[in-house]
Amino acid sequence: MSRQAATGADARPAGTGLFRGEAIDCDVHVAVPSMKVFAPYLNDYWREAVTTRGLDRHNMNITGQAANAPINARPDWRPKQGNPGTDLPTLQNQLDTFGTKYAILNCMYGAQALHHEDMAAAFCSAINDWIAREWLDKDARLRASIVLPIQNPQNCVKEIEKRAGDKRFVQVLVPAMGEMTLGRRYYWPIYEACEKYDLPVGVHAGSTYRFAPASVGWFSYAFEDYVSQAGAFENQLLSLVAEGVFSKFPALKVVFMESGFAWLPPFLWRANKTWRGVRAETPWVKQEPALIIREHVRVTLQPVDAPIDGGALERTIEQIGSDDMLLFSTDFPHWHFDGLDALPETLSAALRKKILIDNPLATYSRLREHAPGRIDPCEMGSQPHGS
Amino acid sequence: MARHVVAAVGEIAEGERKLVTIEGRNIGIFNVEGEYYALLNRCPHAGAELCRGFIVGFADSDEPGHYKLDRKGEFLRCPWHGWEFDIRTGQSWFDPKVRTRAYKTSVEKGAELQKGPYVAETFAVKVEENYIVIEI
Repeated sequence: MSRQAATGADARPAGTGLFRGEAIDCDVHVAVPSMKVFAPYLNDYWREAVTTRGLDRHNMNITGQAANAPINARPDWRPKQGNPGTDLPTLQNQLDTFGTKYAILNCMYGAQALHHEDMAAAFCSAINDWIAREWLDKDARLRASIVLPIQNPQNCVKEIEKRAGDKRFVQVLVPAMGEMTLGRRYYWPIYEACEKYDLPVGVHAGSTYRFAPASVGWFSYAFEDYVSQAGAFENQLLSLVAEGVFSKFPALKVVFMESGFAWLPPFLWRANKTWRGVRAETPWVKQEPALIIREHVRVTLQPVDAPIDGGALERTIEQIGSDDMLLFSTDFPHWHFDGLDALPETLSAALRKKILIDNPLATYSRLREHAPGRIDPCEMGSQPHGS
Repeated sequence: MARHVVAAVGEIAEGERKLVTIEGRNIGIFNVEGEYYALLNRCPHAGAELCRGFIVGFADSDEPGHYKLDRKGEFLRCPWHGWEFDIRTGQSWFDPKVRTRAYKTSVEKGAELQKGPYVAETFAVKVEENYIVIEI
């Protein structure tokens, strides 16, 4: 798509919609409709492999994002044709309704769960090209996370360097449950690159199913899989702090998406309490975990795993001890709330503004810059992966 | 405020401690590199006998994976929950507001002490020796 289309999108009426253009939606989903969309972005080898190996018959949607699951799409956000999250007009209608200034696209796709690290790199790169051309180029409000081939940190760094010049990519995307705890030094080349290019590490609910999604074994039901995600985020948060990621990369930000956050207060209390007694084991952790987490970690609003009215949200924020951490999200097209109830009416105006726009702007430095529009990866001297 | 003779110099070796009871208070006397410090033997957190904990250094780090031990022998680790206290001040490391009572200590000559006033219920003070004195 052309730059003219993006310019055209700028002409939408400003200051309309529920939040009058003063909202940044930090978790919006787009879905790959079919592997056919990758064809222009794969090199000859991988394009042929998609056909000869029959990969396109399977697509690669991950189990946790089952297209027909009710949680995966609100009925009014389900397009007339195709899978939820594959249709630009439905998304644009949602952006208009909420009055969204920017929306950050997260594409959860099975390429991140492949065991074949070269294939993963090729497909993740194709996904990012596809996101840039078919979404970012078509609406100036859209921003995106760089889908990382998390199987191999060196490949992740290559992908980050390939995208870093396009300021519409504002963070990187990794699944909450991968092969190793995210704090381990194996992953540090990724964090070094993220710090260098001002890209927060976006950790989204989802598993590559290397291990049982719960440490007690395999569940039977989607219900269990969904509810158990919060536990995985606790584990990753602990790993990031204990392994010293934030000591080594002091400018790094991590954003938990679709993690819920009502579990944070007891987690922070337990982490602080335990750290006081075993601090000497990890002497690079020089502050209470809660202080480190409040500085470096952000969480998206939906799903709100507490009653959203009656002051519960305010109490949770008070217990977390910071109103800097929450970032507005609708989690479009997933079904976490009805109608326009993404943010409770009872919140103070100041807190609403923080969640809707101040906190996202503080988290994503790239949103504070005027996005220069796309820079073709080819213009940056990069070649498609996997050759 | 009374001065109490709690030990003879030489009785507590460097890196060692002596637990005493004075006016009903349990107190630990510590020799840190030849200097003497006295702390109330009660952790401000949950009441454990703090002065029976490990005498440790301060584990520090320049970056993850790098370990060093500074200020050897200057910290007490509470035997119940592991909180670290600076023997020199009684302050916990993670929050200096959390502290156990520290008492002033001094080393005085037996000849001076005999002029009084002082309290030394458990042993005789000899003119020719030096003694550790704390003020309560």
